[in-house]
Amino acid sequence: MPGFLLNRLSQSILLLVIVSIIGFTVLNLMPGGPLAQYGLDPGMTQKDVQRLSEQLGLNRPLWIQYLDWAWRLVQGDWGHSYRDGSSVLEVISRHLLATLLLMGTSTALAIGIGSWIGIRGATHRYSLFDYCATVGAMVALSVPTFWFGLIGIYIFTLKLGWVPAGNMYAIGDGSVLDYLHHLILPSLVLSLVHVAIWSRYMRTATLDALTQDFVKTARAKGVSERRILLKHVVGNALLPMITLAGVQLPSLLTGALVTETVFTWPGMGRLFLDSLGYSDYPVVMGLLIFSAILVVLGNLIADIVVAVVDPRIRLS
Amino acid sequence: MTKRPATTSNYSRRDALRMMAIGGAAGVIAPNLLGEPVLARTAPAKPTGRVIVGLGQEPTVFNPLMVHIEVDDGVHFSVFDALFRIDPQGVIQPNLAVEVPNQKNGGISEDGLKWRLRLRDDVRWHDGKPFSAEDVKFTLELITNPNFRSWRTAGHALVRDITVISPTEISWRMEEAFAPYLSFLTETFIVPKHILEKEANPNNAAFNQAPVGTGPFKWGQRVAGDHLELVANPDYFGEGPHIEKLVFKYIPDLTVLYTQFKSGDVDLVGQPYITPDHYGEAKTLPNRVVTLVPRTAFESFYLNLERPQFKDLAVREALYAAIDKEAIIQGLYYGVPSPTETFMPRQSFYFDPNLPLHEFNLNRAGQILDKAGWTLGSDGIRTRNGVRLSFTNSTTSGDPLREQVQQFLQQTFAQLGVEMKISNLPAAVMWGEFWMQSQFDSVIVGSTYLIGADPDVTNRLHSRSIAAKGGRGSNNAQYANPEVDALLDKGARTFDPEARRAIYYRVQELVRRDLPFLPLYQSNAVEGLKKGINGFVPNGNTRTESWNALAWYWAS
Repeated sequence: MPGFLLNRLSQSILLLVIVSIIGFTVLNLMPGGPLAQYGLDPGMTQKDVQRLSEQLGLNRPLWIQYLDWAWRLVQGDWGHSYRDGSSVLEVISRHLLATLLLMGTSTALAIGIGSWIGIRGATHRYSLFDYCATVGAMVALSVPTFWFGLIGIYIFTLKLGWVPAGNMYAIGDGSVLDYLHHLILPSLVLSLVHVAIWSRYMRTATLDALTQDFVKTARAKGVSERRILLKHVVGNALLPMITLAGVQLPSLLTGALVTETVFTWPGMGRLFLDSLGYSDYPVVMGLLIFSAILVVLGNLIADIVVAVVDPRIRLS
Repeated sequence: MTKRPATTSNYSRRDALRMMAIGGAAGVIAPNLLGEPVLARTAPAKPTGRVIVGLGQEPTVFNPLMVHIEVDDGVHFSVFDALFRIDPQGVIQPNLAVEVPNQKNGGISEDGLKWRLRLRDDVRWHDGKPFSAEDVKFTLELITNPNFRSWRTAGHALVRDITVISPTEISWRMEEAFAPYLSFLTETFIVPKHILEKEANPNNAAFNQAPVGTGPFKWGQRVAGDHLELVANPDYFGEGPHIEKLVFKYIPDLTVLYTQFKSGDVDLVGQPYITPDHYGEAKTLPNRVVTLVPRTAFESFYLNLERPQFKDLAVREALYAAIDKEAIIQGLYYGVPSPTETFMPRQSFYFDPNLPLHEFNLNRAGQILDKAGWTLGSDGIRTRNGVRLSFTNSTTSGDPLREQVQQFLQQTFAQLGVEMKISNLPAAVMWGEFWMQSQFDSVIVGSTYLIGADPDVTNRLHSRSIAAKGGRGSNNAQYANPEVDALLDKGARTFDPEARRAIYYRVQELVRRDLPFLPLYQSNAVEGLKKGINGFVPNGNTRTESWNALAWYWAS
């Protein structure tokens, strides 16, 4: 195990360096840049823009800017946002909790509902339920999330008045109940796509497990279908799902760009969009590295968990 | 300490006449809103209630001297005070200063070079420390500190020899006479010396995330990406504030912003206001007041005059005649903006209403081009001396209304034998080098020409402001007219408003004749608020609807 971890760690560092070089280069080669937003200000002159460019170090050669950024990153300084001067880690941490709350809830919902639909679809193959689940999953995967969001706001907020139009909490309230109330619509909308994905994967994995010899043996021994399903099928079907969950970890934290925008949710997804819009390079790079670290970690954790759950797999 | 009303002013007869004229026009535009005095007199005795202002961009820069965007202004106007304040009529009023200096009262010397200001003696910072002339000196010096990421340095760079005469009196010398400086000072908020002087690097000071000002509202808390909350300053030296909390809520999607206004989650829609396509419905919403308020932004079909196609005035005249402005305004913009012939906002004292009116006439446009020798080529495009009448037009991608305008104009111009290709760019690309260094053929742009209410447009129209030719401004059309240059130089040195009006009327006349850009319309903001909010007064001379949040209060 230690050898495996060391090997993976060195690969991961190399991967992060490559990702950061590509990200930094692509970002900085885009014309425009962080000072473009001042181009229409009646009082901002070209001289002002040049002065700011020098102060921010944007006039230095790209490779020097990269080395400077990377060196500071190694020392734990992720840089400062061009927009408000706050440290990048502070900016990210300000948005992290909101995303964790939304994505955690929607993922829990998606795994719970999606697994149930998938298992039931597999055990009742070609039933009305199975067909409906298949069609429903296709619709959920095909229709853009923002459309579901707007329709949800129109029906449940404007017409029925059941849930708020958006926001994480009502300003001035902020009680647990208020948070939950605000969480209902965005988490349900966001979980729609994930329910669809999980249900499809779970259905396939369950079907696969159902055809295995140990299931036939259990049946031959007279074990009840319910016990077979719970004890033998679900456990085995969940195994490939662990890898899926590992891969989905980064998206869990980098958030849902569109959903956060539609529901005015102050999370990482919106931060990413905003920072890109303002060409706030330090924050965009911070998010990119943060996301890359999560991808690496997610895969690593998934590998370890699979090995622990399934003794047939040996990491070494 | 003396307690003076915040609106103390020194109106001259001319100022009063100007106010009456412009106030009358504004009254027609916003009859429901201007009925209230700027600072309410019937407000509750104690700050009560809360107003939530919905904004399309997130305010992030709270040190008002640092480089920032429009949306940050609402916070700056609420937390800080400037020496002067500009009212909706464009008249400069005293704020931290006791009076507005001019050549008559001796505040500004006859040659415009020496300035002397008297300051209020009853102002305290939010932390209880007294405000004094030292703070003003510190502020003006910080702006020109080469290590500080300050916003605009124009005007401030001319200030020399700042002298604190007493805690309530300050003077300085200007390197050259610069009349617009008074207007610049209405947007220059004073920061506390006793806090910022201790900072090694003012760019990353803790103050920048939790500012301390003298304004009607104190810093409350910020939930990044969501909202920020200001609380009433009960020790404010002027009238107000009358609300206990002022909240700026960030809602990036404009449809969602409007939806939250409809559902009652936000009390007032701030920048960028209600989109034109929702104007018709918004007017019918119960318990809401929705009004069109003139902005200073002006939309134009902006040309790069160094392109051979556009060097010929006949081409510019023909293209202008081929633009069906009425169809664009009524058909595409739901009748929200107002047609204009100039860059000067119509609410300005310096707006020239006598400019020749545009007329859409495709035949005339064709005749102009025929007469100028632009003949149709075999490919259906006009040419002259080897130059094809073909160009690209750019605007920010993702703006569906402007894209429709482009397509509409593309078809109209094609009928004239003019080829217009569309090439749009993201905002962060568009307004960078491409715009600043005049790398475009033509663009559709909405821009403001004035700072505050001052008519000086040197930065946009003077030939020494052409950045692409090494100039220091943003005359990106590369417009050069010696008479305009001379007038702008004279206007910046002239302090008398009547004399300046004649100068800027002539500038507008020349620009209308030369057509470095083809004027489309002046923007109107669709401002919406809940019924019951009193004291709200739009002010086209500031960049924010929240310029006077100190006067807002809920009807009991």
